[in-house]
Amino acid sequence: MSHLLEVRNLKTYFNVDGTTVKAVDGVSYHIDAGEIVAFVGESGSGKSVTQYSGLQLIPSPPGKIVGGSVKFEGNDLLRFAPNGEEMRDVRGGKIGIVFQEPMTSLNPIMTVGKQIAESVMLHLKMGKAEARRRAIELIQLVGIPDAEHRVDYYPHQFSGGMRQRIMIAMALSCNPKLLIADEATTALDVTTQAQLLEMMRDVVKKTNTSLILVTHNLGIVARYAERIYVMYAGGIVESGTTKEIFGSPKHPYTIGLLKAVPRLDDPKDRKLVAIDGLPPNLAHKSEFCAFLPRCPFKTEACQSRPAPELRETGPGHFAACHEEVAASGGAERGLASVSISSVQEAQAPEREVPERSVAAETMLEVRHLKMYFPVTRGLLGRKVADIKAVDDVSFEIRKGETLGLVGESGCGKTTVARSVLRMYEPTDGQIVFRGHDITRMSMNRLRPLRREMPMIFQDPFSSLDPRQSVGNIVGEPLKVHGLVKNAKEYEERLTELFTLVGLNPGVRNRMPHEFSGGQRQRIGIARALASNPSFIVCDEAISALDVSIQAQIINLLEDLQRKLGLTYLFIAHDLSVVRHISDRVAVMYLGKIVEIADWKTLYESPKHPYTQMLLSAVPIPDPFVEERREHVVIQGEVPSLLNKPKGCSFSNRCPFATAACKESEPPLRSVAEGHGVACLRA
Amino acid sequence: MTTPSAADAASMFELPPQTSSVRRFLRVFLARKIVIAGLSVLTLMVLMAIFAPLLAPHDPYGQDLSMSLKQPSAEYWLGTDMLGRDVLSRIIYGSRVSLIVGLVAVLIAGAIGMTIGLLSGFFGGWVDTVLMRVMDAMIAIPMIVLAMALGAILGGGIVNVIVALGIAIVPAYARLMRGQVLSVKQSDYVMAGVVTGVGNVRNMLVHVLPNCLSPLIVLLTMNLGMAILAEAGLSFLGLGIAPPGASWGSMVNDGYRYLLSNPVLSLAPGVAILIVVLAFNVVGDALRDALDPRLRGME
Amino acid sequence: MLTFIVRRLIMTIAILFIVSLIVFTIMHMLPGDPVAIMLGDQASVEEIERLRTELGLDKPLPVQYADWLLNVLQGDLGRSISYNEDVGQLVRDRLPISFHIGLSAFVLAIVLGIPAGIIAAVKRGGWLDSLITVTANLGMAVPVFWLGILGVYLFSLKLGWLPVQGYTSPFEDLGQSFRQTVMPVVLLSLGALATLARQTRSSMLEVIRQDYIRTARAKGVKENRVIMKHALRNALIPIITILGMGLASLVGGSVFIEQVFNIPGMGRLMVQSIFGKDYVVVQSVVLIVASVVALGNLAVDIAYGLIDPRIRLGK
Repeated sequence: MSHLLEVRNLKTYFNVDGTTVKAVDGVSYHIDAGEIVAFVGESGSGKSVTQYSGLQLIPSPPGKIVGGSVKFEGNDLLRFAPNGEEMRDVRGGKIGIVFQEPMTSLNPIMTVGKQIAESVMLHLKMGKAEARRRAIELIQLVGIPDAEHRVDYYPHQFSGGMRQRIMIAMALSCNPKLLIADEATTALDVTTQAQLLEMMRDVVKKTNTSLILVTHNLGIVARYAERIYVMYAGGIVESGTTKEIFGSPKHPYTIGLLKAVPRLDDPKDRKLVAIDGLPPNLAHKSEFCAFLPRCPFKTEACQSRPAPELRETGPGHFAACHEEVAASGGAERGLASVSISSVQEAQAPEREVPERSVAAETMLEVRHLKMYFPVTRGLLGRKVADIKAVDDVSFEIRKGETLGLVGESGCGKTTVARSVLRMYEPTDGQIVFRGHDITRMSMNRLRPLRREMPMIFQDPFSSLDPRQSVGNIVGEPLKVHGLVKNAKEYEERLTELFTLVGLNPGVRNRMPHEFSGGQRQRIGIARALASNPSFIVCDEAISALDVSIQAQIINLLEDLQRKLGLTYLFIAHDLSVVRHISDRVAVMYLGKIVEIADWKTLYESPKHPYTQMLLSAVPIPDPFVEERREHVVIQGEVPSLLNKPKGCSFSNRCPFATAACKESEPPLRSVAEGHGVACLRA
Repeated sequence: MTTPSAADAASMFELPPQTSSVRRFLRVFLARKIVIAGLSVLTLMVLMAIFAPLLAPHDPYGQDLSMSLKQPSAEYWLGTDMLGRDVLSRIIYGSRVSLIVGLVAVLIAGAIGMTIGLLSGFFGGWVDTVLMRVMDAMIAIPMIVLAMALGAILGGGIVNVIVALGIAIVPAYARLMRGQVLSVKQSDYVMAGVVTGVGNVRNMLVHVLPNCLSPLIVLLTMNLGMAILAEAGLSFLGLGIAPPGASWGSMVNDGYRYLLSNPVLSLAPGVAILIVVLAFNVVGDALRDALDPRLRGME
Repeated sequence: MLTFIVRRLIMTIAILFIVSLIVFTIMHMLPGDPVAIMLGDQASVEEIERLRTELGLDKPLPVQYADWLLNVLQGDLGRSISYNEDVGQLVRDRLPISFHIGLSAFVLAIVLGIPAGIIAAVKRGGWLDSLITVTANLGMAVPVFWLGILGVYLFSLKLGWLPVQGYTSPFEDLGQSFRQTVMPVVLLSLGALATLARQTRSSMLEVIRQDYIRTARAKGVKENRVIMKHALRNALIPIITILGMGLASLVGGSVFIEQVFNIPGMGRLMVQSIFGKDYVVVQSVVLIVASVVALGNLAVDIAYGLIDPRIRLGK
């Protein structure tokens, strides 16, 4: 039987500043009708470029498909002229594609109805009126209420999740044989992500459409994919069924990835095993195995033999590795596979459990914090409403502990962080830091306190001044607060700081643009540590990083905490990461804390329906666990802060909501020692 | 992995060979041959202005009516004007006027405009509103018209031309600078400065200002050409450099009357203006490509 | 949208008010006594005093400004000394002529500049792109007065195809009017045309990189339609803002064009008044020119709002 799509030895190169970057270098794969296949890899692995190449959507120049074949229903797509009729028939007609960025992938000045209808008229040869009806149908199909009206809306009138639904409607509009979802849910919140993935799976299964999921999220893969291709540095390093890959991974990179991600069902004391080093520069690929420099299993042979080809290691299971690295622990799976090999074992000692002690002393206390932003309208800029970004939030952080603050975008977690640091002027409430009430403290008096409470930012690319050397960046707090006496002391302290975060102190004269994301984040951490603080706010400090790098930074933060006795306010949207790093966790929804407890209580017996559903939406990177899990999908979207439901703000999405919930807002009350829940039922 | 020791640190740290930003800048900047041509023209022009007395074959101001309106010859390469002055020498001396007016006007305008923009962007509020409305109003008056009106009151002469042009260009800098300050002020690294406890002044000077400058440098280069063009225009209208001073613009006007018999009189100084302005524009374009990758129209 | 328009309208009025202040300030605060300038060096003290009183210059400056502004608002621009005529009448005679030339040039710049930019962007790197880019660069660098002289030399004096100078209203003699205005219009449009072509090119290149263009291609939309329907419409939005600035440069350029071709428009009126030291006229002309530009910008802003649904639907 021939495959629906069969790709042979595909090569796509980019010419960047005179050097050839081999983004996709000899990739072969196939998809059968009705299959759900995942392409997994980190940024720069070539997983997206592979998909675009088949449809000839590579921007050229600088990109060029230099070899291979892409057989779709028997025709080699690469033989078609890039924008010729045959190619265009396939695009959107037989193969639909959903891109990553919902905010920019729709034409901003065309109604969504017209954008969907355009495709329909083109491929299904429908008339205008008929195409419009089809567009309305499709908008309904992807779960957008009030389709008759929404069809005439412009993209900016929709939220990101809604826009992605429109993209899916568009991709599905002409009954394609294959749907490609290129990181389609990466930019979305976890609950929206779950909704969209469930929907896509249901549709493709109903219509026997094939689905390619391109993602870096191993949880999604485990939950939805049937077969997997793992990509690294422009090539496929391993492929097989989902259970094979997760159950007995063969390639060191796959093994490394699985051990680098924190999971919702991890034992708390598991130490993440980071993959050391960085992905290779694709402009200077060596003739050897691309993973060689980072591989913990490398042998003499790897360093002399040319890059390994994929070879069958089991029925339908292929890996591109010279060695049988996983032979010993390969059969084990799940939690047990954490300790797969002796080599890794040596690097990953069991975490020295409660060496870190949480004192009774309070580091930070936040009482009834409110942060409102006025909404003005009309000519005179009258204030018509307040955006209550943070609405009566109270919590405290004790010395030496990590408080995780989680929630979906727009829940106010970042605003809390920024208000706490007085980057905003709080509307109301009280912030007490080490006994000082800093809520209304003048900037001049606050300044010396700032050295006690630095922040690590989310975006490692925008948080370092591009015109300062990294040495100056890290050293700035030392100068500003006069923490060193002379140049010698300054240099010594810089050396110490760079070493502390795992950077070579010799790089201090280099500029930020010369570093990778993970390295820049280390620089940001060094800057935060410079003033010898006791408390650090980490605002999504690891969410912009690739999985393998994330683990490095999480480990670094944990090590530093133990070594320096730091207290963290850790803000993130990734529930697994928060679980891994936090002692206590607060869940926010629409500007309020809905539940707060120690990590174990919160993750193992959550009381608030929102917490429960949030946790259920997080996929666990283990197909065996996922199979048994019950998936409760939250309905609807997070409402706008200006349009909060009456009473409990979750009441419009809560399956347990009663009339009482819609009347009065439940306060956060204590249900057990240290466990607060804002729900009438709890 | 335990806490990295210094040895670990060195080993795990892989950096690509140091990519000098200067080298990257030069590579993009000099990518096209026309940019090198533009730079050469500008260098020649500066040399010409500095060494005018050595280069000019004749006295640019020496009148000799017996020699008036001569056609180009071996002695007078571009002929003579109605007062018998050597056209080539006047063009060479004219480069001084163009350069000085262009440079000084643009630098004055740049300094004033950037200060206004910095204040406006930094303080916001009513300071911003008032300053920006004034700039809007100034932009509504076309540059040349504003310069003419100022020139009319101030009278001709090189200083007045510089002042008139300078004032007329101010709003462009103020607006650009304000936009830059507003966007840079929002950036995480300035926030990081605030959180670190960096004072306002240091934050402005160390983090905000240097990151605002790239597009302003580009505008400065482009405006040099524009100012030279405008000076020529004012002089052409008779509102610029007073006679007998040699300005390319006034030379075009002087030659206009003899267009049929001695076209070179008008055409030659015009070509000089064209080449110099073109050179500034080309170099400005290349600077933009090299300094601000976001603005690059994808090479 | 209505709020948007009203807000822009109020802003325009504010700008015009500030323009009037600036114009008044320039004319009254800078060194040099306008009366002394007007009357020349030989004037006696009595003459100067008489003219001062006549023009109301002996009153305090704020009063002078208020008087002037009130008069202007009532349509009274004052009386020209050198023309011995009502300034309002002078303007009424000349404004249509400048509009005729200026608007024609504006339309020509749009009609040629935008397509040229599109072609250059679509054929990026090809010879057409190079040709258009180089021409546009030349167009921005060339002094318009000089090009006018060159044109007169070539087309009028050497070839004899076109009249040397002058202006005839199209209502009087359409053929003659066309022959007289074709060269001024083409030359005047050149700067704006070049700017538009360059901006269109870079705006198109910017838009073509956007994700939604990739989406359109991924739908199988024909390349022509991708360019015209998806890319161009989005690319036009920033270009519209450029039009406003183009208007100002066009008005500036018309001063030279009217001078070279001896066209009795506003630009020439301004130049002549400056030499005639007729500051009442200069003041009025600057005010009117600035108003035209400000109103043009208002129109551009509204057009911008109409094209972009993000503004039209309020956000």
